[in-house]
Amino acid sequence: MTNLAPNEKYTNSAIRPGEPDPYPQKPVGEYITDVVSNNWVNDEYKLMVLKAPEKALTAYAGQFFHLLCPSPDGAEVWMRRPMSVYNVDKSAGQIEFLYKCEGRGTKGMGTLEAGDTFNVSGPLGIGFNLDPAWKNIVVLGRGVGLATLAPLSLMAAENGVGVTAILSARKTELVMSEDLFKGIGAATIKVVDTDGSSDVSNVEKILEGLILNGKADAFFTCGSSRLLKLMQTLGKSHGVPGQVAMEQIMVCGFGACYVCMRTFEVDGAQTLRRVCREGPVFNMQEAVGW
Amino acid sequence: MVDLSVKIGDVICQNPIQPASGAFSWEYNDVIDLNRLGALVAKTICREPRLGNPTPRMAETEAGIIQSIGLPGKGIDYFVENIVPEYARFKPPLVVSVSSESIEDFAALSRELSVPDVDVIECNISCPTRNTSGGNFALQEEHTKEVMTAIREATDKPVWAKLSPNAGDIVSIAVAAEEAGADALVIANTFLSLKIRTDNFRPALGNKFGGMVSPALKPIVLRMVYQVAKEVNIPIIGVGGVTKAEDVVEYMLAGAHAVGIGYAGFRNPTALTTIIDDLEIWCDERGIERVTDLIGAVKDDDMEMDPLVAASHGV
Ligand SMILES: Cc1cc2nc3c(=O)[nH]c(=O)nc-3n(C[C@H](O)[C@H](O)[C@H](O)COP(=O)(O)OP(=O)(O)OC[C@H]3O[C@@H](n4cnc5c(N)ncnc54)[C@H](O)[C@@H]3O)c2cc1C
Ligand SMILES: Cc1cc2nc3c(=O)[nH]c(=O)nc-3n(C[C@H](O)[C@H](O)[C@H](O)COP(=O)(O)O)c2cc1C
Repeated sequence: MTNLAPNEKYTNSAIRPGEPDPYPQKPVGEYITDVVSNNWVNDEYKLMVLKAPEKALTAYAGQFFHLLCPSPDGAEVWMRRPMSVYNVDKSAGQIEFLYKCEGRGTKGMGTLEAGDTFNVSGPLGIGFNLDPAWKNIVVLGRGVGLATLAPLSLMAAENGVGVTAILSARKTELVMSEDLFKGIGAATIKVVDTDGSSDVSNVEKILEGLILNGKADAFFTCGSSRLLKLMQTLGKSHGVPGQVAMEQIMVCGFGACYVCMRTFEVDGAQTLRRVCREGPVFNMQEAVGW
Repeated sequence: MVDLSVKIGDVICQNPIQPASGAFSWEYNDVIDLNRLGALVAKTICREPRLGNPTPRMAETEAGIIQSIGLPGKGIDYFVENIVPEYARFKPPLVVSVSSESIEDFAALSRELSVPDVDVIECNISCPTRNTSGGNFALQEEHTKEVMTAIREATDKPVWAKLSPNAGDIVSIAVAAEEAGADALVIANTFLSLKIRTDNFRPALGNKFGGMVSPALKPIVLRMVYQVAKEVNIPIIGVGGVTKAEDVVEYMLAGAHAVGIGYAGFRNPTALTTIIDDLEIWCDERGIERVTDLIGAVKDDDMEMDPLVAASHGV
């Protein structure tokens, strides 16, 4: 506990640099982590590596952290930003995020440098789950959706499950994580808008081929409503189960505030679910899309 | 050792820190020890199962967030059967919050919520996006009086009235609630707000209007607590913009017995218990043995004046 007497010394009563996680026995923590590196991977995306305490290293594929991004411009950033864990390096005690520098929060995150501190909370949510019966899976991601699917592919590879990764992007230079997928022995297929290969009809052909060749015991996707619809349709007609990681504007991250709702359909009836608590990974057939 | 405990009517709280309704749930037990809080406050429940408002339900603005959730929930029966037990596992008193659009139903709900595990019924008569005569009773004295009278007759549990900062004269609303038998006042709910996106000309929230939540509102709500405290004899729970121990002290000096905290727990999931720790240190360092010594202790009766100004005031 702090021995500094608060007397308008701080703008808020919150965990301060140098203070440990106040509740090590709880599954989720709020920690002040150290930035190890924060570099561009291409024109739009950065990779952040954080030195994080042990509890943070329990994060698995599909779970997320809630990040207290610094301001990019001197004005306040009010809410945390949800970011799925891209990699957990247990031996180095590090967690990684692959993120698109887009709005104020992620731009502020982009200003952090090695040696800075960063307040993160997590791990949160329910991530991917691999059925032992699945021998080969297909992951289909667009843009930063791949940040979420990369650790799943790693998890699959570690469990001896074959992975085919279809990487979709606007242009070749924005296809990410190809090396990571290749490194785990995944078959990778790049599709881009510039040559039309990312068209739904072409991706559909690719997926049908994979189903025929016995490479698709399960489907996984993230980041595109269009691709979700496609996988749902094929999954339904060919009996391929699947999981989808969903996104929604979020506030608390714990399931308390009911801000991050999405529509799902279960047994013909529609219902709302919290992305942060019941997800962010859901049964693909139940997602209604967005 | 500082005695942080406060009594709100007959309800004993180990410290003056409570979560704010809707900004908290037992799920926060994943990250902090809920047994440390002064009270547990559940999200507002309605009779019928409700989906709530369209998304997006939150938008950031320059000076805080606006949000409009629309009181989603699985209805009163599910709440009593399944949610109350989730909270009952913890030691602090349980405050349940309730809302309805009709006075009769409000009273009936309060009766149905009067189960043994519930310690307090907080009447959310101030949901900003509900209408003036249905749900948002706290905009008018008569409506406040009628609904609180009916609730008072329906239950023996302590009833707290959560007031609206959007009322023209919150003091008269507070007096009406006290006269109708409220045991305490929760001041205040959120400020009705609007954000319009300049990229697509559309309101940023699915529900158009939302409640503004921000530390920037603290001085405004503090002023309300101060004014109301001078006119009523029941305890006040100050809610709005608390992010640090000094904010708790400020609310107590203005006359509050306790504070409710929403936003700070979103920003820092461990904030509520850190504020309790900081409050204890703050009191300890100043030799304040009982936190209750702060209640209404603002020094405002001997304001010093510059001689020239005093002369112009005829003093
Ligand atoms: C579970 C989950 C995992 C995610 N993982 C990643 C990831 O690994 N890499 C990555 O680049 N992005 C990821 N996202 C999206 C990321 O949260 C948003 O890009 C980010 O919040 C945008 O913030 P901003 O300040 O840059 O944008 P702004 O437009 O300024 O944000 C305004 C508000 O909208 C919210 N918001 C905007 N876009 C999204 C979105 N797509 N999803 C949720 N909230 C949004 C922000 O959090 C903020 O509250 C994830 C989202 C979720 C829900
Ligand atoms: C996401 C969210 C949901 C809320 N839901 C409720 C609610 O159901 N009932 C209620 O009385 N107040 C509700 N409120 C208002 C809070 O209880 C509180 O009055 C407000 O957030 C101001 O306190 P703060 O500045 O500490 O956040 C909600 C606030 C937020 C941010």
